[in-house]
Amino acid sequence: MFTNLPLLSLLMWLPILGGIWVLLVKDAQTAKPIALVISLITFAMSLPLFFHFNTTTADMQFTEMHAWIPAFSANYHLGVDGISMPLIILTSFSTVLVILAGWEVIQYKAAQYMAAFLIMEGLMIGVFAALDALLFYVLWEIMLVPMFIIIGVWGGPKRIYATIKFFLYTFLGSVLMLVALLYLYNQANSFSILDYHQQALSLEAQKWVFLAFFAAFAVKVPMWPVHTWLPDAHVEAPTGGSVILAAIMLKLGAYGFLRFSLPITPDASRELDWFIITLSLIAIVYIGFVALVQRDMKKLIAYSSISHMGFATLGFFIAFRIFENPSLTNEAAMSGAAMGMEGGLVQLISHGFISGALFLCVGVLYDRMHSREIADYGGVANTMPRFAMFAVLFGMANAGLPATSGFVGEFLVILSSFKANFWFAFLAATTLILGAAYTLWMIKRVIFGPVANDNVAKLQDIGFRETLILGILAIAVLFFGIYPAPLLEVMHVTVENLLEHILQSKII
Amino acid sequence: MQNIYLTIVFAPLVGAVIAGLFGVGRRVAHTVTIAGVGISFALSAYAFYKLVFAGGEVFNETLYTWAVAGNVKLEVGFLVDSLTALMMVVVTFVSWMVHFYTIGYMRDDPGYQRFFSYISLFTFSMLMLVMSNNFLQLFFGWEAVGLVSYLLIGFWFTRETAIYANLKAFLVNRVGDFGFLLGIAAILMFFDSLNYTEVFAQVDVHKDTTMQIISGYDWSVMTVICILLFIGAMGKSAQVPLHVWLPDSMEGPTPISALIHAATMVTAGIFMVARMSPLFELSEVALSFVLVIGAITALFMGFLGLVQNDIKRVVAYSTLSQLGYMTVALGASAYAAGIFHLMTHAFFKALLFLGAGSVIIAMHHEQDMRKMGGLWKYMPITYITALIGSLALIGFPGFAGFFSKDAIIEAVHHADRAGATFAYYAVLFGVFITALYSFRMFFLVFHGKERMDEHTRSHLHEPSAVVTWPLIMLAIPSVFIGGLTIEALLYGEYFQNAIFVTPEHNFFNPADYHGVWGFVVHALGQPPVWLAGAGFGTAYYLYMSNTELPGRIKDKLEWLHGILVDKYGFDRFNEWFFAGGSRGIGSFLWQQGDAKIIDGGLVNGSAKTVNWFSGVIRHMQTGLLYHYAFSMILGLALLLGIFVLW
Repeated sequence: MFTNLPLLSLLMWLPILGGIWVLLVKDAQTAKPIALVISLITFAMSLPLFFHFNTTTADMQFTEMHAWIPAFSANYHLGVDGISMPLIILTSFSTVLVILAGWEVIQYKAAQYMAAFLIMEGLMIGVFAALDALLFYVLWEIMLVPMFIIIGVWGGPKRIYATIKFFLYTFLGSVLMLVALLYLYNQANSFSILDYHQQALSLEAQKWVFLAFFAAFAVKVPMWPVHTWLPDAHVEAPTGGSVILAAIMLKLGAYGFLRFSLPITPDASRELDWFIITLSLIAIVYIGFVALVQRDMKKLIAYSSISHMGFATLGFFIAFRIFENPSLTNEAAMSGAAMGMEGGLVQLISHGFISGALFLCVGVLYDRMHSREIADYGGVANTMPRFAMFAVLFGMANAGLPATSGFVGEFLVILSSFKANFWFAFLAATTLILGAAYTLWMIKRVIFGPVANDNVAKLQDIGFRETLILGILAIAVLFFGIYPAPLLEVMHVTVENLLEHILQSKII
Repeated sequence: MQNIYLTIVFAPLVGAVIAGLFGVGRRVAHTVTIAGVGISFALSAYAFYKLVFAGGEVFNETLYTWAVAGNVKLEVGFLVDSLTALMMVVVTFVSWMVHFYTIGYMRDDPGYQRFFSYISLFTFSMLMLVMSNNFLQLFFGWEAVGLVSYLLIGFWFTRETAIYANLKAFLVNRVGDFGFLLGIAAILMFFDSLNYTEVFAQVDVHKDTTMQIISGYDWSVMTVICILLFIGAMGKSAQVPLHVWLPDSMEGPTPISALIHAATMVTAGIFMVARMSPLFELSEVALSFVLVIGAITALFMGFLGLVQNDIKRVVAYSTLSQLGYMTVALGASAYAAGIFHLMTHAFFKALLFLGAGSVIIAMHHEQDMRKMGGLWKYMPITYITALIGSLALIGFPGFAGFFSKDAIIEAVHHADRAGATFAYYAVLFGVFITALYSFRMFFLVFHGKERMDEHTRSHLHEPSAVVTWPLIMLAIPSVFIGGLTIEALLYGEYFQNAIFVTPEHNFFNPADYHGVWGFVVHALGQPPVWLAGAGFGTAYYLYMSNTELPGRIKDKLEWLHGILVDKYGFDRFNEWFFAGGSRGIGSFLWQQGDAKIIDGGLVNGSAKTVNWFSGVIRHMQTGLLYHYAFSMILGLALLLGIFVLW
């Protein structure tokens, strides 16, 4: 039955239309339940994508195709594979939590707040599902608007600086991507991303296209050195904004590398992989050190996000080096490269849970104390024991402890990068120490110790709603740490197909 | 059998979950956890019996597929052979005793349920570690015991020292894990599997394979793998220089010092190397490295035990030193002797820690030995069991530790590899030191002047039976377990399918063994027994008969005492170099890199450039008509010029 329904369109348009409905309702008390129900229906409807997913094919599934702008042969073309499908479910999952998280906290224009998240959900699902470059680009750009509004309206005191920085950074990158897409349109006479995958290109052209894509995606990921917008945006964003920013928006950049850069410009990717690998390793090590000295909890988690995203980009681009390693058989190299890419993908999903959970934890504290400064806290475990349990769990997950989802991606990427070069694995593995250091040091100063001051002494432990949100995330984090097989299974064929594809030269 | 093993592993986990998450009362908490670990112990003993005495088969099966990444199947499963079975029995038995003991020790603590939950969770994690049949699960258990150790060291989380110690323990262990994980990555690269059996089956293929880590230098793959794995063991089993976390871990409640930081978790590294013996046997270099590190730890950590005044810290340094002995055994290819010492040590060191705990309860949580003395007449059971533990530790002939330590020293003596001579003298002299610090502690606590205040003295009494019974239960194996098992473990075929030793490395020859009495009689003519006696005598002289002398020696050798009290400066160096250095690098990169160069230069710089440029352009928009007219004329002339002259 699900193959007959336009499932992806429903997933995309239901939250958008629902968001508009919520905007029209306006009254916060009526709007909130509507928003919650819509997000729950969307989430429920996204699950068939997983359960009815065919894991034996790399072809696009749940496809829809309608003419959109015939003059430019642009189509309304949707579909998912093993790369985008888990990200769509992550999106619909996170939105439910964000709406719940904003339930009591947001007093100012609550209906509009909920609406912004619903509309953004639809747009982000659209980005992941779009198989038409023009559609992708339009959604990619529009998506900035609700985020811009969320930070600009419900953000902190320096929100204007942060939004402008956020907008300019990401917009500048995107414009270059538009140029690349227009160039590809000229070459292929089509806006179909799948046509671009087959389009032959000279190495020179590939390099330009690669760099243009890089500008757009690296900013979104974000990769060092174009990462500085992220800490500012997170610090100023309301909790929900931070969660969506970390859990989903960053993933769009990583997704772009897999959907555009690698398959469209495989030869340039091979030529320039050192560039991505270097930046990824810098992200892991350099940013790890920077995270260590942060005094603001949100900044610390933001830097931690950048560092963790380094594993995703490292895992995606390590493949070429593995194939170049003479001591590996072809089969072993393929296996290693697939492990890296799958590790990177798992990292995306896992980071969605963990960073989302950590930002929610900071939100819980911020709602009570109106401070994000580590120094203002201490001994929270005395007054909020239940919260402390979750904070320690998510902290450990952030430090990559086995049996949490945070371990899986890092583990696979480190194992895989060892096959390329000892030193890649060596530098990546420093996260074992650095990640634990910055996360647990923060936990020590915030959660443990004697009650630091009167404000901490007056803290109320988390209630039912907060326990529910954090509990759901805890289950997700533990489940995918103990049993990640289902997640890897849906990716496997798509990843192998992508790897085979990028090994073929496209130079005419 | 699979159901039995599943029950062994998961019974403690169920107990931990009930005690920790369901808000149950104290009685329920200790009942479920004790029942859980009790079931685990009973079934472990049954499994041990089946395997060893009833001719059972080695169990090696997959439980479930954790993930398939690339073509590599990563699985969770159990391998239960004689090595595992031994570890299971030791772990569950000590853990069970500690559970009982905790009822008494933590009686008044508000975190009672949480504590029981943690120690049961620890038992689960440790069983997952020792029962694993692959590197993935090994690493899981490895990190999980580290997590519980972290939680338990910081159990009293309002104490600044406790939460400093647990962070330190976790991070130092993570340094070891860093190497360990790279070792696992190397194994996956060369063996394309993380399953023990599959890896061990291929070792001969890679015997002579080399890899280049620094280009131009070929290193044996086996050496690289073994050293990386051993770095993990150095963290977990607290070998120099990654030992620094263990003394601080004494901030945790005493029951866990006994269970985790003496008997079981810290021996995980020893177990792991023994488990990996098919790999280590192929690298002389790695074994020498192991040998030297172990020898340094065994001797130099022993010295530090001499100057400690905190009763738990003496035992902690003793543990470090004994872990060094076990490591030395591994480095001498005497893996069986290492495991043998691991087992005897688990009993007598748990006994000593719990005995120390008993003293601490009686003294109202006073741990300074200078405020003790003469306790023997107030707490006779603790006194006798502590004496037994101390005798076992120093290797008094016939006691458990005597057999295992003597076996190690003999094996090192006959080992033939780089570092063996140094190691031999280190462990030999270590025997003297061991006896000296052990009986220094024993005399200071139980004999001599009663130095506590009157209030404490009047309340001194033996703690309740839940505390003393575990002492007695641990004292029994501390005496007998060595003599009972030495033949099977060292000279028999007990480990023949579990530990692999190249025949030319093997020291223990069944033909050399002439019964327990033969072993004892032979040992009486060897230096270790006499050195232990000398150590005891020295301790007696210094702390019983001529009690002024230690003070005078200290004054004379102030510089030496200073070095020892400073713990050779490791902590200061680490705090300054690693902790301070990392923060320095972090601040530098943040302030200079992110804030100044990227934001200041690139981001705001481009914004400023645009601003400046627009400022310049703005000057052209003056609003004066003649300016515009002039520029139109100029432009026209320019265009005309181009068209005409082209």
